[in-house]
Amino acid sequence: MNLTLRIWRQKGPEDKGRMVTYQVDDVSPDMSFLEMLDVLNERLILAGEEPVAFDHDCREGICGMCGLMINGDAHGPQRGTTACQLHMRQFSDGETIDIEPWRARAFPVIKDLVVNRNAFDKIIAAGGYITAPTGSAPEAHSTPVAKANADAAFESAACIGCGACVAACPNGSGMLFTAAKVTQLSLLPQGQPERYTRVIGMVDAHDEAGFGGCTNAGECTVVCPKGIPLNTIGRLNRDYLAATAKRGDTPGT
Amino acid sequence: MDLFIEGDPIADTKAPEGPIETRWDRRRFEAKLVNPANRRKMTVIVVGTGLAGGSAAATLAEQGYQVKSYCYQDSPRRAHSIAAQGGINAAKNYRNDGDSVHRLFYDTVKGGDFRSRESNVHRLAEVSVNIIDQCVAQGVPFAREYGGLLDTRSFGGAQVQRTFYARGQTGQQLLLGAYQALERQIGLGNVEMNARHEMLELIIVDGKARGIVVRDLVTGEITTEMADAVVLASGGYGNVFYLSTNAKGCNVTATWRAHRKGAYFANPCYTQIHPTCIPVSGDHQSKLTLMSESLRNDGRVWVPKAKGDDRAPRDIPEDERDYYLERIYPSFGNLVPRDIASRAAKNVCDEGRGVGPTKLGVYLDFADAINRLGRKAIEAKYGNLFEMYERITGEDPYEVPMRIYPAVHYTMGGLWVDYDLQSTIPGLFVIGEANFSDHGANRLGASALMQGLADGYFVLPSTIANYLASGPFDKVEASHPAVVEARADVEDRIQRLLAVDGDRTVDSFHRELGQIMWEHCGMERSEAGLRKAIDEIRALREQFWQRVRVPGDGEGLNQSLEKAGRVADFFELAELMCIDALHRGESCGGHFRAEHQTPDGEAQRDDEHFAYVAAWEYTGTGEPSVLHKEDLKFEYVHPTQRSYK
Repeated sequence: MNLTLRIWRQKGPEDKGRMVTYQVDDVSPDMSFLEMLDVLNERLILAGEEPVAFDHDCREGICGMCGLMINGDAHGPQRGTTACQLHMRQFSDGETIDIEPWRARAFPVIKDLVVNRNAFDKIIAAGGYITAPTGSAPEAHSTPVAKANADAAFESAACIGCGACVAACPNGSGMLFTAAKVTQLSLLPQGQPERYTRVIGMVDAHDEAGFGGCTNAGECTVVCPKGIPLNTIGRLNRDYLAATAKRGDTPGT
Repeated sequence: MDLFIEGDPIADTKAPEGPIETRWDRRRFEAKLVNPANRRKMTVIVVGTGLAGGSAAATLAEQGYQVKSYCYQDSPRRAHSIAAQGGINAAKNYRNDGDSVHRLFYDTVKGGDFRSRESNVHRLAEVSVNIIDQCVAQGVPFAREYGGLLDTRSFGGAQVQRTFYARGQTGQQLLLGAYQALERQIGLGNVEMNARHEMLELIIVDGKARGIVVRDLVTGEITTEMADAVVLASGGYGNVFYLSTNAKGCNVTATWRAHRKGAYFANPCYTQIHPTCIPVSGDHQSKLTLMSESLRNDGRVWVPKAKGDDRAPRDIPEDERDYYLERIYPSFGNLVPRDIASRAAKNVCDEGRGVGPTKLGVYLDFADAINRLGRKAIEAKYGNLFEMYERITGEDPYEVPMRIYPAVHYTMGGLWVDYDLQSTIPGLFVIGEANFSDHGANRLGASALMQGLADGYFVLPSTIANYLASGPFDKVEASHPAVVEARADVEDRIQRLLAVDGDRTVDSFHRELGQIMWEHCGMERSEAGLRKAIDEIRALREQFWQRVRVPGDGEGLNQSLEKAGRVADFFELAELMCIDALHRGESCGGHFRAEHQTPDGEAQRDDEHFAYVAAWEYTGTGEPSVLHKEDLKFEYVHPTQRSYK
């Protein structure tokens, strides 16, 4: 099939950036979306132009490195799918496709479609862990976990940290990402000792990094390639409320 | 042979003597310690943040060392360990099915076709049980039974259920555990994290590894980073084949640069071709996707009995199907080890019985399992894998059998290390897939995660202390001639790549190199093929340096430049892989030489002449490498013809 692409080109953080139109012909429906971009880039290089910079690595939907706004949808039209796993059979011949980077205050553009998501790492560093230095662990079976809790923890732990939730959110909030980790760890008995300091640390880091607040728009969970449920944010809010009460604060101040 | 020179054998691997189950304890007791006040004064560089690198960096920081960590991805959480699906082995014997440390040790040595070091493998099996404890404490959400205890499943090459798993995302969950431990240390200021940085050279001062040259992939800035010891955890080199299940960025540069500086490269020809990957769909293919080995627990592999049978799979009656693994290997059936399953698939396709549009595929059929257990049970076990398959192929595996074909997945070879995981360069340690140590000529499923975490959490943090006990070493200034030279080499190489300005892209060269390697150094190798490959690689390498086009400059983010440097190193490695494969005149594990097979087509080992590790010393590009042999002694597992029949 033949496609028209309108791609965001931006030389660097200081450049203003603009959409540039490219024609790509003979696209196979079996190609992945990124393979289609590879074809364009090979052509641009041979024509003496700069190829389009985009992040990608595993190309099997698990590393979370790729992230494109495709026709205004984070990761494109197919639900539950990262851009690298999106295949061209989802598009039709003659279509025009807009491709843009994640747009959010906390994710500044580095070049073209590549953004800086270091803010996510900062949220994890502020409490998204269980303190268990190597060598200190008790025998694994000394801590049984009810299967329902283990399964629910897994569901939240499936987050790949791609940032689609932030890109889709009208407020540029990273709350689904934060809540996924809070939920995983607070469902497990091992996570209880740090349960309340964790949620405060992570939410504070989230706010400091420039993410917006959550207003329950729910766009995040729709685009999430791993289907992280919106109720994780409810769980985060309950833990946050309990944590601030324990600390003696008034929530929201 | 004019391609290499034989040098002195390797005399000492530093493995302690005595009963095998006491060796690791004794090594740890005899190793020197570093007191906590001195640890703070020492810096360790860790390159790579996968299971091995992430766990090592976190653990070293917990112990009090200053750690500098590097990865080429935008975050340490993205290292390719994250894509491991199936599980992690551990000798917990929770199933009471006869497992033990000794059995895991035995299975691993046998699975590696008697080409690994007994002492290392035994240590791996011992440490395996601690890994599960560690990961559970971190909150890794392993699959559990209704009683709240951990579930396990079977994997290839074993008859016990010792594989712990987190649905089809075990690697992801284990890596996130290590990543979170690492982030905690970053938050505490004990680890300096440098994401989007690539190591391009090793710095050696007075015979010791003392630092690395890195390029900041965002700004293009080249810097030299100094330390008291350097740890490489940079993964495997499967991308030399262009198409593999590795992430696109996986590369050999860190280990190859160290090899060029004197670290021996061991068994480079040992490549694992995984039997269950989604077949190639066309010339645009940029990578291959694995379908977890765990699928072989319930899926049955078959092809039509007749050549060229083009009927839809469901129209082929039961008695016209050949469940060839069950037929040839009745005791292990669909759960034979990877090397055997891959070669069997190749054989039936070579016979003209392959399926799918390219005829390079076999069926992996779940119809029986769905009938027996119900669709729900299959969904719970493999749901995410089935979805992934459908997204890529557009076919529903609940209705139509999957089509699979072998693909390059893992490299058992890597930098040579002693029992302490130290390379032949003092102060340079190598862990995880980047070293050669534990899997011999074939890795068993669910053992890569075990080895990565064993090295990173438990082995390296003990053994590196013995080296650092003689530190802190004298500070090395950026003006030191060795540092200046390493940096100049990196800058010069970048300028040379940019200056060619030819008429072919980096990818076009990489693809062509991959085809040569797959054709001649893939599932089946022969003397004539390997000799041809060496000539072709040399000619193509020359073309590369005359005709490659790398657009842009070195001043900022330039993904073509990154790729060009990696492919240039793959060209050199590819030649050494072929030489290694050529010199090893036997078949073992993943290395199958057409000239060396039993009458029924199985790998024929030659223990008399080849029961050794081939450790190669670099002497210059195009110059013959020097072969150093480390003889393998088997005191506990007696080498036999490996049989899974």
